[in-house]
Amino acid sequence: MEVNLTSGKATIVRVKGRDKAIGGSGLCAMLFEQRGFTNRPWDHADQPLIFAIGPLTGYFPLMSKTVCAFKSPYHDQYTESHAGGRSAISLRFSGLDAIVIKGRAKRPSLLVVGSRTVEIIDAHFLWGMDVIRSGRIIRHMVDRSHGHRSILRIGPAGENLSAMACINADTYRHFGRLGAGAVMGSKNLKAIAILGDSSLPLPKDQKPYRAVWKKVFQDVQKSGMMHKYHNLGTPANLMRLNELKSLPWRNLQATFDEEAERISGEAFANDHLLRNLACSGCPVGCIHVGFIREKFMEDHRYYYLQMAYDYEPIFAVGSMLGMKEPVSVLKLIEKTDRMGLDVISAGVALAWATEALERAVISTKETICKLSFGDVHCYLEAVEHLAKGKNNFYRLLGQGTMTAAEEYGGQDFACVLGQEMAGYATGELFFTAQSLGFRHSHLDTAAYSYEQKHGEKDLEKAIDFLLSDELPRCLLNSMVACLFSRKVYTKERLKECLSSLGYEELAENLDDLARHIRASRWRLRFQTGFDPENVSIPRRFFKVRSWKGPVDPDYLNRLKKAYGEELKKIALSKSD
Amino acid sequence: MKVLKATRIERCIGCHICSMTCARLVHGLLSWQDAGIRIKSAGGISTGFEAVNCLACKEPVCEKVCPTEAITRRKTGGIRINRQLCIGCTRCADACPVNAITLTGSGFPIVCIHCGLCTRFCPHGCLEMVDMAETDNRQPGEGFHG
Repeated sequence: MEVNLTSGKATIVRVKGRDKAIGGSGLCAMLFEQRGFTNRPWDHADQPLIFAIGPLTGYFPLMSKTVCAFKSPYHDQYTESHAGGRSAISLRFSGLDAIVIKGRAKRPSLLVVGSRTVEIIDAHFLWGMDVIRSGRIIRHMVDRSHGHRSILRIGPAGENLSAMACINADTYRHFGRLGAGAVMGSKNLKAIAILGDSSLPLPKDQKPYRAVWKKVFQDVQKSGMMHKYHNLGTPANLMRLNELKSLPWRNLQATFDEEAERISGEAFANDHLLRNLACSGCPVGCIHVGFIREKFMEDHRYYYLQMAYDYEPIFAVGSMLGMKEPVSVLKLIEKTDRMGLDVISAGVALAWATEALERAVISTKETICKLSFGDVHCYLEAVEHLAKGKNNFYRLLGQGTMTAAEEYGGQDFACVLGQEMAGYATGELFFTAQSLGFRHSHLDTAAYSYEQKHGEKDLEKAIDFLLSDELPRCLLNSMVACLFSRKVYTKERLKECLSSLGYEELAENLDDLARHIRASRWRLRFQTGFDPENVSIPRRFFKVRSWKGPVDPDYLNRLKKAYGEELKKIALSKSD
Repeated sequence: MKVLKATRIERCIGCHICSMTCARLVHGLLSWQDAGIRIKSAGGISTGFEAVNCLACKEPVCEKVCPTEAITRRKTGGIRINRQLCIGCTRCADACPVNAITLTGSGFPIVCIHCGLCTRFCPHGCLEMVDMAETDNRQPGEGFHG
């Protein structure tokens, strides 16, 4: 479905190309190639904001993610951000493979789509409202399909066009990084409600489909994934990374702290885990919802707050800000969520601001509050300043830590690898992978994991790993699977899944399709201005000591150069 | 002799696997709504989930209002809908006080048949098959010592 917010009209378009693009990532790239503008800025009204699912969405367990594609306000290049929640299954049952949103609404609006619905509703009264409150109101405004819908919305950060603004998906999940929230803000689009209000037929011959479904379900149960994510979830990584001297502390001034245990997965699970939730269609239920209860009056009056926690947010507003109390970490996660900011970007940006203040590169004239590692109160205030762009400093910081550092100084200690770093100070390979990776995250390849097991400096092997690990991810991101299921959805299993639904042609060409999709994404990326040679790695990363010892500057530079050259070749390759 | 009960729904994580299993295996559909059991969030995800399914009540009002006798009681609890006799009037769905009967796009009512397939796939054991004989047989107003 194509929605034009300027005209207030929508059209259903049948697009050819399933056999090349698959869905998800591949479909987004194809749609952007056809409908986007590589030479116009990210906030041009004609630029599309795309949400896409894939051929396996809803048909198999853990096929539960939506890909959002857009030209990013962070670097004005083509990018993607992925989220779970209910968005993917709601889209499936709305009968749509993708929504392409173009134009700019005259007033702040709420878009409602479903199998028999397209409405653009005036929502000016929600503008300025935080993510949690606006979610509650939208649930009443769209009084149907309860439990069978997805509500995507932005907070003040998105409205203020911060390049760190996320799109909140169903309260506890996010299209987090690279500023998708600002794209919605630029379109005057406060929220999107997707109604999953139809059902779909299964293949005529249901036997093969049912058999493969059962196999996948059993694989999920056997994989150990249920235990890992039922138990501590991703925060289980925290202690391991700390022990490996790879957990960034206080703006990456250290990679280990004696007291890490205080914010370990166990600490959160034992005292602050309220319950677990699942993305629709996934039996794993990896979402860990924490809670805090706060006394606000002497007379035993309390309020409570709920927020989802994971390893990355704990790193970003925990160790990176020198926070050692789970309650403080949870408060900051909740506040950042509420403001509609990406928690990783916000935490890392404020860590830089704190060190810059300590070194007198900036003053409280810029930061307003006295930022200090470990002081939750100042960060709670700063998060709001950042989301609302309170002064010129916060407005620049919201465009990226390096943007602020270029203005005020302190580039050397800005923890930016293409964007604010993810929580893995594992060494040269991860620094290269995030700096040059498509989404500038730990999700493009498992470099962070490879590096926890490989201490050797074998450039060829490392580059081979990066290149070969990206391909199966391109496939998974086009189906669209949760990456937690990557061991379950082997190429063979994907073939079976696709064949059981009648997608034989896709099943037979997975290798070619993976290369094609990877090339189309990178081509768009380069066409919108990406040049590996322009990406620099700040000096702070060259001073890191991980379990492998000090970072080897020469190896890091060689890795970066070699990977950049390979990416150029991919973008220029004729995969068609 | 058993009926489906969401006895531990407080454990529910909202994965919808139960509904999708029912739709897939019983009704031959890909759906999270055209199923004998549906999961609703009770006021946003933050406040938990509720299962909507046939409670196998003793005096099914759906049976009473059905004008074509398409609905009959199962001996073991719950009801059965005869597709041949159903004219799609939707009165059963309107009458059910807990909204357990859902209507497909073509207007055919879908209700839990108490087969128990969904219980095998629930990751948190929220659902179970319970013997009707073991459920409380007191009449309303009898109280515990009635």
